[in-house]
Amino acid sequence: MTELPPAIRLESVSRHYLMGEAVIRAVHDVSLSVPSGEFLALLGSSGSGKSTLLNLIAGLDRPSSGSVIAHGQDLSKMSSLELARYRRQTVGMVFQSFNLLPRMTLEENVELPLRLAEVDRSERAARVGEALRRVGLEKRTGHRPSELSGGEQQRTAIARALVNRPKILLADEPTGNLDSATGESILTLLREIQRNPGMTIIMVTHERTLAERFADRLAVMGDGQLLPNGAPR
Amino acid sequence: MKVRDLSDLAFRNLREAVLRNSLTTLGVAVGVASLVAMLSLGVGLQQLATSRLAKSGLFDSIFVTPKTNLRGPGGGPPGTRTPAPKARPLDADARAEIYRMPNVIEVYPQIRFFTEVRYDGKPFATMVAGLPESSKASGAFDGMQGSFFSSPKADEAILQAEFAKELNPQTTSLIGKDLVLRYAERQSLPAQPGDPADNSGGFSVVPKEKHLRIIGVVETEPASGFGGFASGRLLIPLPLAENLRAAQVNDLRDILRDSSTDKPTYSSLTVRVKSPSLVETTEDQLKALGFSAFSLLDASKSLRIFFSVFDLLLGIFGSLALAVATLGIINTLVMAILERRREIGVLKALGAADGDVKQLFFVEAGVMGLFGGMLGTLLGWLIGRSLTLGTNLYLHRQNLPGVDISSVPWWLVLGGIGFAVLVSLAAGLYPASRAARLDPVQALRYE
Repeated sequence: MTELPPAIRLESVSRHYLMGEAVIRAVHDVSLSVPSGEFLALLGSSGSGKSTLLNLIAGLDRPSSGSVIAHGQDLSKMSSLELARYRRQTVGMVFQSFNLLPRMTLEENVELPLRLAEVDRSERAARVGEALRRVGLEKRTGHRPSELSGGEQQRTAIARALVNRPKILLADEPTGNLDSATGESILTLLREIQRNPGMTIIMVTHERTLAERFADRLAVMGDGQLLPNGAPR
Repeated sequence: MKVRDLSDLAFRNLREAVLRNSLTTLGVAVGVASLVAMLSLGVGLQQLATSRLAKSGLFDSIFVTPKTNLRGPGGGPPGTRTPAPKARPLDADARAEIYRMPNVIEVYPQIRFFTEVRYDGKPFATMVAGLPESSKASGAFDGMQGSFFSSPKADEAILQAEFAKELNPQTTSLIGKDLVLRYAERQSLPAQPGDPADNSGGFSVVPKEKHLRIIGVVETEPASGFGGFASGRLLIPLPLAENLRAAQVNDLRDILRDSSTDKPTYSSLTVRVKSPSLVETTEDQLKALGFSAFSLLDASKSLRIFFSVFDLLLGIFGSLALAVATLGIINTLVMAILERRREIGVLKALGAADGDVKQLFFVEAGVMGLFGGMLGTLLGWLIGRSLTLGTNLYLHRQNLPGVDISSVPWWLVLGGIGFAVLVSLAAGLYPASRAARLDPVQALRYE
């Protein structure tokens, strides 16, 4: 089997915080390579540094040292404007608490990244429709998030993450607020997205069983470092 | 983000906290209203003053006199006196020449003479003054008893109120009655052999009478130009006064100066030009013609300076309320940042740049300023109208004509709205940059 080129490469990445005089090592000396098209599950207990690592890959945070290289671009060397463009064009994000804007309809929530990317209005409706069809919510476009179930809200969040056709999908505990059956359906959807059109997915979760069923590979974090027990399936 | 999307999002956000944002906008409106009301008063009073002064003819008039001969009689023993250089006489030719000058709209002499009036068989001594037709527009005849002269040559008289009371304490009953003006007419004498070529044989005075109908009573003689040595108490149309050829004080002075001619000369002429801005050049031209000229232009400049300072002070007082409103905008937007922390985090996670977030808050501040400015300008105009209405009610009770003490010209409308937007944008600077600097990781963690 030929090795796919890495979508993401982390080289000795550390993220340290100062709390008073104490140094908190949220992520410490992590090196990791995620090939294009892989579904990676980042496991770990609470406070292990997995969300911090995801934020570094998302370009929402900068490493204290080391390099985060996504599709050949070193995020640590980017300006804040370049990082914003990277978040707009290269990555899509899904959160545990969905983070939909409550006063907007589903359609408007999904349209938001297209507005930020200055996509023409004429093109937007088709793109939003396509994304909502993908997650099976094409008939609920005019509803507000409060009128939807948790699973439907997470599907909307996934549609919003997909609408700009990113290369990488980052999901931070996407099933954390859902019951197990709904969680499973969300992961099934992510798996489908990973296969078609072919996307790199990094998912942070603490549910090992689900991760083992859906992810190509597990990486386990503890105390800000990668533990050696995460093994490819 | 595109402007349309940006403003769409901003309007959505403003609608979200509609009560708070409306109150903040109302705060801006009150601030702008106070500023606009103050300035509308300043502008209104300035317009009132300048229009009154312009109507009075003081600022578009030039007072022309012959060049003063300083070496008059009494300059030394007659034998040793050298003849003084002759000043150009201010006669009918000079008047016609001045009238032909560009920008001159009216040239009229000051005709005043002290004489006797008979009314109801009793004599009264008084000062008669000729009134140019243009003085009708001076505003001094607004609210007079009776009416202005029916024509420039009508045998009619308007009485000054105090003088009218001397004739009859019930001044209204005087209107329509006749009086007799007894005056001395100046008649030229034929030249005698031996007279100098340029001098005629002088003139004699002949007693005459003129019947006039009283058509009005006015409080005071309007300031028709300047240079009169005493207020007229019996006013007659100027062309009529000229036709009377009544002997005046300067006739005697002319004789003393040994320059009397058969042509009547004027002690002074009032020259009115099209606008106050033309006074200075015309004044210079008149001096070049060999006359003395004087105007109140400097006084008009001082008036403009006074009103500029006055407007500035009113503007500063009016701006105080707007300054308070500015704090309201800052407070509202800072509160909005706290409430929308998570939303800002989501926007950044979806790819919004710091500039996008900054612009969003900036537009929200600008929209509040725009609506506050429009509402405030309307309120300010209403306050100005109310003040005018109140003032006019008071003036009406005092039997005085109404005035417009406030004015909201277009520049004030646009200036008020523009200033509100500018001030609101300035107020939005700090909250907008604070929102833009928000760490997305912290913001997304915020509950």
